[in-house]
Amino acid sequence: MDSSFWYMSGYAPYVWGSFGLAAAVFAWNWWAPRVRRRQIFEAAGEE
Amino acid sequence: MWTWFHRLASPPYFFRLAERWAPWIGAAALALLAWGWIGGLVFAPADYQQKDAFRIIYVHVPTAAVSLSLYTLMAVAGAIAIIWRMKLAECVLVATAPVGASMTAVALVTGMLWGKPMWGAYWVWDARLTSELVLLFLYLGVIGLYQAFDDARAGARACALLAIVGVVNVPIVKYSVEWWNSLHQSSTIFKMGKPTITPEMGIPLYASVAGTLLFCAYVILRRVQNEVLWRERGTAWVAELSH
Repeated sequence: MDSSFWYMSGYAPYVWGSFGLAAAVFAWNWWAPRVRRRQIFEAAGEE
Repeated sequence: MWTWFHRLASPPYFFRLAERWAPWIGAAALALLAWGWIGGLVFAPADYQQKDAFRIIYVHVPTAAVSLSLYTLMAVAGAIAIIWRMKLAECVLVATAPVGASMTAVALVTGMLWGKPMWGAYWVWDARLTSELVLLFLYLGVIGLYQAFDDARAGARACALLAIVGVVNVPIVKYSVEWWNSLHQSSTIFKMGKPTITPEMGIPLYASVAGTLLFCAYVILRRVQNEVLWRERGTAWVAELSH
């Protein structure tokens, strides 16, 4: 990737900020139900 | 059809069905998102007016579209939960709210990040932006209302009413750019007839929209599974799964 790709014709903070936020929110959406499932199974195992 | 509908309402049947389908839906979502995001960031040409700032649409448009679809899904699930008292519909309703809220938040923030360089302001009290913000509050209202109840079924029924009443906001968001003199541009891809976007830019956008929809379907399936597991935690089939 050349530097113009990262520069995004001067809009880098807006473009990368948008994609970064979306990636973080998507990752949270993927991760949160996995953690919750583990907790439910742990609780069900203890009962 | 009705037999299948009734079978689907059975928690263990639904759980196993979702367990079988979710990985495939997740993999398809990942492939489409990779296609859409890489295509949008790397291969689509820069816009002649907005330059590279236009690339924000590859996250903004899909999340905004999904924010409306998920609210509609929540309202339909709410109606089924109230009319047929179907527990699975209650689970779908409460599982959709956090996913919809997060997609609405992404649509709003990415819209602000696009608005600053293009309009000169992060926020304007425009009909489209304001109605989308109301949508976020409706989602947060459903999440908060469900958590305020100790009884999951009573909580879900209250949320169903809020989801059904709030669905009036969905066409307001969708048609706000036509009904009012809005700063927000009108629809480019979701309109009747020929889309006014070149295929080089449009195809990755369609892939992003499809990928985001499938991703949300995956997350909702997983969340519904969790809701079913939590409600059925005292039963033999859940105990068997937890060992």
